[in-house]
Amino acid sequence: MNLDFSPEDVAFRDEVRAFISENYPAGLREKQEEGEEMAKEDFLAWHKVLAKKGWVAPAWPEKFGGPGWTSVQRYIWSEETARADCVPILPFGINMVGPVIYTFATPEQKERFLPQTLSGDIWWCQGYSEPGAGSDLASLKTKAERITGDDGKEYYLVNGQKTWTTLAQHADWIFCLVRTDPTAKIQEGISFLLIDMKSPGVTVRPIITLGGEHEVNEVWLENVKVPVENRIFDENKGWTCAKFLLAHERSGIAGVARSKRGIERIRAIASTELSDDGETLIKDPAFKRKVAELEIDLTALEYTELRTLAGEAAGKGPGPESSVLKIKGTEIQQRITELVLEASGHYGAPYFRGFPKDGDNAHPIGPDFSHRAAPTYFNVRKTSIYGGSNEIQRNIIAKMVLGL
Amino acid sequence: MDFNFTEEQSMVRDTVASFLQDKYDFETRRKIVASESGWRADYWKAFAEELGILGASFSEELGGLGGGAIDNMIIMEEFGKALVIEPYLGTVVIGGGFMKHSGYAGAASVIEGIVGGTTTIAFAYAEPQGRYTWRDLKTTAKKEGSGYVINGHKAVVIGAPFATHLIVTARTGGAQRDAGGVSVFLVDKSLPGIVTRDYPTVDGNRASEVYFENVSVPADALIGVEGEGLPLVDKVIDEATAAVGAEAAGVLRKLHENTLDYARQRKQFGTAIANFQVLQHRMVDMFINVEQAVSMTYMATIKIDEDAATRAQAVSAMKVQIGRACRFVGQNAIQIHGGMGMTDELAIGHYFKRASMIEGQFGSVDHHLKRYESLSFDTAA
Repeated sequence: MNLDFSPEDVAFRDEVRAFISENYPAGLREKQEEGEEMAKEDFLAWHKVLAKKGWVAPAWPEKFGGPGWTSVQRYIWSEETARADCVPILPFGINMVGPVIYTFATPEQKERFLPQTLSGDIWWCQGYSEPGAGSDLASLKTKAERITGDDGKEYYLVNGQKTWTTLAQHADWIFCLVRTDPTAKIQEGISFLLIDMKSPGVTVRPIITLGGEHEVNEVWLENVKVPVENRIFDENKGWTCAKFLLAHERSGIAGVARSKRGIERIRAIASTELSDDGETLIKDPAFKRKVAELEIDLTALEYTELRTLAGEAAGKGPGPESSVLKIKGTEIQQRITELVLEASGHYGAPYFRGFPKDGDNAHPIGPDFSHRAAPTYFNVRKTSIYGGSNEIQRNIIAKMVLGL
Repeated sequence: MDFNFTEEQSMVRDTVASFLQDKYDFETRRKIVASESGWRADYWKAFAEELGILGASFSEELGGLGGGAIDNMIIMEEFGKALVIEPYLGTVVIGGGFMKHSGYAGAASVIEGIVGGTTTIAFAYAEPQGRYTWRDLKTTAKKEGSGYVINGHKAVVIGAPFATHLIVTARTGGAQRDAGGVSVFLVDKSLPGIVTRDYPTVDGNRASEVYFENVSVPADALIGVEGEGLPLVDKVIDEATAAVGAEAAGVLRKLHENTLDYARQRKQFGTAIANFQVLQHRMVDMFINVEQAVSMTYMATIKIDEDAATRAQAVSAMKVQIGRACRFVGQNAIQIHGGMGMTDELAIGHYFKRASMIEGQFGSVDHHLKRYESLSFDTAA
């Protein structure tokens, strides 16, 4: 048991810090810190800087373009990027479909998709959930029938509807689970397809969420012709890819470093905001207690994650234990937003969407941190729903870990 | 022991419920929220003339129908079920409350305006620095000639964009956080020197930052006794808090009811999700929270006219329960709705947003726990 960083790790940390401070745009930092919505360009700007440096996909094997970092280095990376309020790298390409492609795809597919995924030239979105298939993902109905095109080539003709598709409005490609054998048992007969969003028959319709954001979409697929070579892995074996991807999704979902930054931010807010007593909020025993409890919970999660990472470094892939990280990680993220909203007091109520933030400096409306407090609180409710709801995660632990 | 409503009270409930059912469905409310004015002045007129509910909680001597706090409770609960925007709380509960309890000389004519629907009131009590300490006031009212000159900044004045009048707390003496020196004024919102910055709120209402820049008000703007307004403010805010608790009861009932409906019709793994025991228990816990919150609303309303300490303790106990129920029931309603709960399209999210704002309205759970502790333990020692 040893928790110290080696001198090499310390040197690495300093290198990372220096790189971020020299290359991360200040404007993005401010937006990220205030919890503002990010534009497509914001995500891409930082993605491209990191792609150029070779740091955009910390967990990828070196031969596919990963930086070849140790798990400790990856840990340092996530700490440092969170500390500096870096825009997150979107998970759909780097954490989700990328690993599926380098694990299951043909050499041609790898060559075709991995470089552009790394560079940010392909923006991916995830076509998993359907209106009738949420927690029960395997009940998905989107149908893909084999046809021969007029050009004599083999295609899938895809029909169905995907939903909750995050940032599909910006996406170039979607990776989809589709049913290729309607007669097979529910988890068999599913295939994993990559679909160009520009294909005729693909329609994206916005879903507006509680805070007024346009973050998720419905994606309608109507007679979309998808070349057979866009299928990853064997036909009817897509569920293997799906499960592999979900386990990867879960391990990243703990968000320890981001939550640490969130608590730091709460401490900063509470050091200037005033409590009922006219003292700073951080001196209020009830508020302080909640921050302390949150920090302790986060520490427990951090060391649980470190143990998982150590296991992974020793060759154990992310297993069903990663559901623990998802449950605790999302609960902590949600509690952070609760405390920011509580700290906002009366100023949690104003709704700033489309409201000029700096329009009238003589008459500001509340402290800056309060402007997104309520919408963020509403928005982060999604974390215990997406990626397999926390109820489903508990089922996974009960079955796979406890053997119940 | 009797928790039944009188015939008159039941009639008020039925009248309000049937109006809202016909004219305040979710789609109508969505349009109201999105409209330029943000409320329906014609509905307000209907509340006054057609329904006659704006006078329900005033005694007959004051020109009302002879009811009181229970009528406010009934109306606010129905308003909660429909997420009504119109300023009943500010105008009738708070504005009316100040008129009832202050011995204000002009009360009769103000109440006439309230009951008739021509006077709408917003309560400018909060300030940017004060959080939930109502006596923490930087706004000042200086005596000048026979009247006063008000200067200061009032924060997040809910319903101010709809109001003809403001009730303003200001300091006529004492230091910023002193109990003494607090005075209350009824101010015509169109007076020169009142600058408002209007904005929507996250739960569909409208509010303003209100700036008083050398606003001259006449001597008869003063409500109650100069410098001795704090007990009056505490009383009216306790009444308003109880009314918001009643609104919460309506909101909570809908959160629970809509969640049961959804769980019964949403199928996953070949069955309605209502059949999963883990969700059944969750919905039972939601139900318990709703019932406890409703009980506390009754308790606080029944005790609202008792002595200040009893009233304050009852209201704080209620608000703790309400605040916790709003969070637990609201969050779980969204969770059980899954992705659908996150959309702007379903009503459930809008109830959740209102519940989330009620949590902090007139004091958070922490605030009221502390107040309860100080009333319940410190005075007993």
